[in-house]
Amino acid sequence: MKFEELLNIPPYQLEKQEKRKRLTTRLGELSELHYHNCVAYKKIVDILGFHGEKVKDYEELPFLPVRLFKELELKSVESEDIVKTMTSSGTTGQNVSKIYLDKITSSNQQKALVKIVSDFVGSSRLPMIIIDCPSVLKDRVKFSARGAGILGFSIFASDKIYALQDNMELNIEAIKLFLEKHKGKKILLFGFTFIIWKYFYQELLKYPEEIDFSQGILIHGGGWKKLINEAVSEEKFKSCLQETCGLYKIYDYYGMVEQTGCIYMECEYGHLHASIFSDIVIRNSRDFSPCKIGEKGMIQVLSVIPESYPGHSILTEDEGIVLGEDDCPCGRKGKYFKIFGRIKNAEVRGCSDTYEK
Amino acid sequence: MIMSDYEKYVQAFTENFEIEAKEVEGLSYQSIGAWDSVGHMNLIATLEDTFDIIMETDDIIDFNSFDKGIEILKKYQIEIKK
Repeated sequence: MKFEELLNIPPYQLEKQEKRKRLTTRLGELSELHYHNCVAYKKIVDILGFHGEKVKDYEELPFLPVRLFKELELKSVESEDIVKTMTSSGTTGQNVSKIYLDKITSSNQQKALVKIVSDFVGSSRLPMIIIDCPSVLKDRVKFSARGAGILGFSIFASDKIYALQDNMELNIEAIKLFLEKHKGKKILLFGFTFIIWKYFYQELLKYPEEIDFSQGILIHGGGWKKLINEAVSEEKFKSCLQETCGLYKIYDYYGMVEQTGCIYMECEYGHLHASIFSDIVIRNSRDFSPCKIGEKGMIQVLSVIPESYPGHSILTEDEGIVLGEDDCPCGRKGKYFKIFGRIKNAEVRGCSDTYEK
Repeated sequence: MIMSDYEKYVQAFTENFEIEAKEVEGLSYQSIGAWDSVGHMNLIATLEDTFDIIMETDDIIDFNSFDKGIEILKKYQIEIKK
């Protein structure tokens, strides 16, 4: 089954049985592809004693622990076919994940992202403010998770500016000019949660009532770990932004550099949603069996995109619960869920929201 | 001197990718280092400014070669003729 077949279906319209059927086919084929093209993947799968031909459901497919992408160079294509390498930021002294992309995988990531995000912001492109600094994109072959996110989202911009200068200072004048230029229009804002809080929101406090983002739609991701340390909850994040600059349409997303493209967007009801390009399975941390709806466990993420590296089925170090499937009040089909953050005793892991001075 | 739409179209490629006009025909996405994903968004921005259009996201993705671009621009009433 080709990836393109999924592109023709609206991203949140398949019901459970239909989605299951398609994902099982595609993910089974990806497992097969990586088994034959990635020696390390083959060895792991062989040790697990896994036999692909018996798979009736994608929940039975093997999954790689996410930290393996830091320890091994996992790829299923020849080195000369790699056009881009993406890395997780990682905290100093730690290894970073390295994800190798060829033309096809890189382009399919962008296609999936467009389908997913368009479902939330519409298909026309908008003036966009990137809440980050331009130097994040200075290396064009190796991308950090931050760079990958900015680049992927840039396609939604009809006109764009960076809100921060390279020294991470807020460029308040540029923002004011941009808002003046696009007065009355819907504006898209994109950035990483911690950076938004620390370098955007806290600086905006110095300019009370000067900036009005009531026409804005903010999409942010990268996790809450750093903000939890500063005692900032999701609710506080939202209410503070609304009070300071009128921004009230705020969507969080869950995603990781190992599966760029198929992000999990938060809906109007505060639920994270799996699109038809991906799914999550919550696993019991003792025996890795799948949990029922409402049971807390480790999150396994599956993506139909990765062809150049064996990252289609990964066990994360995050904990979460599935809240339901096909019946979110927002109308989107598929599983919807909630994240609790990193499991205890997991390796301390940096993420896209790290910025160390 | 007034440039034809074809010349403007070629110039968007030569300026963004720092190549010669004779190299643009037959060019495709990722076929040269400069036409990577960052270069692609810059190319699109230049074309949008040049022809005063705003392209749809699907067209930006489908725009994967010099020739395909000419076809896509027709949707925006831009006829690129040599």
